[in-house]
Amino acid sequence: MTVSETLRSQVGTFAVARGRWHWPEAVFWGLAVACVFLFPNRYLILTEIAWLALFALSLDLILGYAGIVSLGHAAFFGFGGYAAGLLALHHIVDEPVLALIVAGLAAMALGFVTSFLVMRGSDLTRLMVTLGIALLLRELANRFSNITGGSDGLQGIEMAPILGTWSFDIFGKVGFIYCLCVLFVLFLLARRIVHSPFGLSLRAIRNNPLRASAIGIPVNRRLIAIYTIAAFFAGVAGALSTQTTALASLDGFAFDRSADLMLVLIIGGTGYLYGGLIGAVIFKLLQELFSTLTPQYWQFWIGLVLVVIVLIGRERMHRWALYLPNLVMRRFGAKAPIVLPEGDAT
Amino acid sequence: MTLLTILFDGVAYGMLLFVLACGLAVTLGLMNFVNLAHGAFAMTGGYVCAVLVNRSGLPFFAALPIAFLVSAAVGALLERTLYRHLYARSHLDQVLFTIGLVFMSVTATDYFMGSSQTFIKLPDYLQGQIDIFGLGVGRYRLMIIVICGLLTIALQMILSKTRFGSRLRAAVDDPRAASGLGINVPQVFALTFAFGCGLAGMGGALGAEILGLDPYFPLKFMIYFLIVVTVGGSSSITGPFLASLLLGIGDVAGKYYVPKLGAFVIYTMMIVILIWRPNGLFGRTNAR
Repeated sequence: MTVSETLRSQVGTFAVARGRWHWPEAVFWGLAVACVFLFPNRYLILTEIAWLALFALSLDLILGYAGIVSLGHAAFFGFGGYAAGLLALHHIVDEPVLALIVAGLAAMALGFVTSFLVMRGSDLTRLMVTLGIALLLRELANRFSNITGGSDGLQGIEMAPILGTWSFDIFGKVGFIYCLCVLFVLFLLARRIVHSPFGLSLRAIRNNPLRASAIGIPVNRRLIAIYTIAAFFAGVAGALSTQTTALASLDGFAFDRSADLMLVLIIGGTGYLYGGLIGAVIFKLLQELFSTLTPQYWQFWIGLVLVVIVLIGRERMHRWALYLPNLVMRRFGAKAPIVLPEGDAT
Repeated sequence: MTLLTILFDGVAYGMLLFVLACGLAVTLGLMNFVNLAHGAFAMTGGYVCAVLVNRSGLPFFAALPIAFLVSAAVGALLERTLYRHLYARSHLDQVLFTIGLVFMSVTATDYFMGSSQTFIKLPDYLQGQIDIFGLGVGRYRLMIIVICGLLTIALQMILSKTRFGSRLRAAVDDPRAASGLGINVPQVFALTFAFGCGLAGMGGALGAEILGLDPYFPLKFMIYFLIVVTVGGSSSITGPFLASLLLGIGDVAGKYYVPKLGAFVIYTMMIVILIWRPNGLFGRTNAR
């Protein structure tokens, strides 16, 4: 009994220590806020980075923390996007923040319903089912063009001012600040989730579902819960994209989007919350670079990056990336090197 | 269009899908390797055939084997240089790697061949319809059924009668035990992979008329190949064959009877089947 008591307190201390705020995090968010003032001409791409980061964060929750490999995460993104678009177009919910929440909840409901399908079978079946659901929704959106506008997408969306006070300007400044605020709030939520006992149990499931169930974790229920939460995040990301671009299109459901998202997360690293955020920044910069080099064929280089990353090995790549920061840290007398959290989906 | 015509078109379509996807079924069963880039090999074959027929004026039937050989060679080359490093990796890595290959092949083809649809000039005797028992039958589709049917029988014979076939079956059943018995599993796998890519290439060439051939082929048909494999199970060749027929007939009938829903029918079919039997309709064992 005493052993288990000390063990439990040790685990608790460890988890609390990991959950504490560290100064690099403050630096990260400080930089993000500084972007508002540093790049006044680049608000559009910054906005894209912000919602992409949120989308990647959502995939990280299921892939990095729960080990569910999904090829169709765009389903929720597109669903949230269309939901937000329809809400604004038909003036059902005019206020953007409220619409954002409603769209997120709609995607969440979809996530909850489809999670039961995803829980069945092996990795391959999961890949297929997630991919199938995204394609199915795309097909539906394409066919019911009287509601969704078909391949033209939803057009003529006009956004009301945020909270009735700030209206979207043409330079995208308000849009970016809005996206950044939403990202930060949802990041806090995700941070709370992954450092909670619930988050710890997810990591146990990812590492070994069989053992996790043997120590009494209700595996399926936990996976359904995180899948639903991730769907909410993705739906909000899609809604943000619709609200800031005033357009919802079939692209939202496209396979490319799910695949690109995987690349975003892989660049940043899975299984820690900043992975998606850092990945989104690097991915967008790469995309900009490639599309200025070869406007029509930038996807080739994206593909090449994926192939190279996998061939080098993701872990080795992240070790290289952390080499320099570690060197600096040691100069300043830090004892423990920065390491990425253990393992990811297999 | 009568029921019989739908059935006929569906069977032609399904057999085509089988030739395209059977290589994927074997590689998945043998090495548990998720290869989303399988369609890229089919596209290679299609474009090789198109270039040979349209630009060099080679007869269609002479271009088909060349399409097979080129795709097989490309497959063998990639298997030896890239794929084999990834067999022991996680499914996530394999998925990422092959998606990368798909993106590269799509844009590379776009760059070299242009993004519009490519058509293969067919000889006159393959165009139009002929009457069989009062049923109007497309000559091209009839040829597809004949060729794919012969190929299927040949594959079945190779698998069940030859020494290589029994080695392959042993390796699919249990790679460790098979290599313990002195079967060179990597070699068997490399050969099978190249052969599967060749078949896909030939399928791509045959299917250019029906499925269409453009740089986005690997993305568009990835889901179809995966449906064949997951629904059919990867433990035998009959499973994918039946799954292909089912998919082909389902798709053609769906597009005819409920055109508004389009591809909706097959996606729903797939999801329902996978929910009902996660390891495929005809899967013998659970997926590893």
